[in-house]
Amino acid sequence: MTDEMADGPGYAIADDGSFTAPLNLAYPYSRTVGPIYGAFLTGLANHKVGATVSADGTVFVPPAEFHASTGERLDNWVDVANEGEVVSWSWEADPDDSQPLNRPFAWVLVRLDGADTAMLHALDVTDTSSVRTGMRVRVRWAADAEPGIHAIACFEPVEIAGGGPS
Amino acid sequence: MSNEAEDVLRIRTPIGVEYAWSAGTRSSAYLNGLLEGKLLGKRCPSCSRVYFPPRNGNCPMCGVLLGDDDVEVGPNGTVTTFCVVNVPFLGQKITPPYVAATILLDGADIGMQHLLQEVDAADVRMGMRVEPVWAPRDNWGPTMENITHFRPSGEPDVDYSDYAGQL
Repeated sequence: MTDEMADGPGYAIADDGSFTAPLNLAYPYSRTVGPIYGAFLTGLANHKVGATVSADGTVFVPPAEFHASTGERLDNWVDVANEGEVVSWSWEADPDDSQPLNRPFAWVLVRLDGADTAMLHALDVTDTSSVRTGMRVRVRWAADAEPGIHAIACFEPVEIAGGGPS
Repeated sequence: MSNEAEDVLRIRTPIGVEYAWSAGTRSSAYLNGLLEGKLLGKRCPSCSRVYFPPRNGNCPMCGVLLGDDDVEVGPNGTVTTFCVVNVPFLGQKITPPYVAATILLDGADIGMQHLLQEVDAADVRMGMRVEPVWAPRDNWGPTMENITHFRPSGEPDVDYSDYAGQL
């Protein structure tokens, strides 16, 4: 939005005489989370990462409500570590206001220690040379987040003593 | 954590998209006209129908691009169809009952929707002549809201046959 739109009459006129104006659609949804995601998010608010475990021993983070293969209802819980390994990543060069960080960062799939599945979140690194598959990362807890996944502000590299990021 | 967090039962998941919307040159001529208190349409060079508000594309009847020249229409017009709104709904700005009318502005070939007030809903009829009531000029913008509503002009009713081709 141009300053003219923000501070002026709410529209601008282009060189060819066309009127332009911001058109912002917003849907202020909220949703109930149910017992499984609710327990997971309550855990995050207490700085714990919970996982559901199936009869075959698979540990799901984020927790699955049902086993995708067997349909088994999952309600056995374990806590997993708040550190883990990057399984895959992609670069976010131009974040928008809704994203976890307001500067370029990496989207990462992180498999936390003790988990068998990976979760998606942001990794706070400054450039693509600072992120790689297999690197160690840990949760950075948000100081003041409303209930939800943003209780995790982002992930950050685990520094190895005497060196840079692992 | 010194205190356990409350159970999370619900989360906010707002979504949105932000556009920069351009009206294009023909609709912009109409918007610019509104800033000056004028109602400007565009004419099809093939069938001579006048569209108000003008769109940026082609005449839907002939498929040819509308002409560049502005065609001033109105300000008075004729009620061709109307609806008495009796039902309250979320976000309603006017207390029911009120009348939403399709008004065929003089010189235009397609009706436009606007609010009809200063008349009892029971007295509104097809063929009724109406005039615009403008908001104070200081409040004008490039919007049809410059006209707060239409009201009866007191002119004699128009016979159905005179607007049957523009319904």
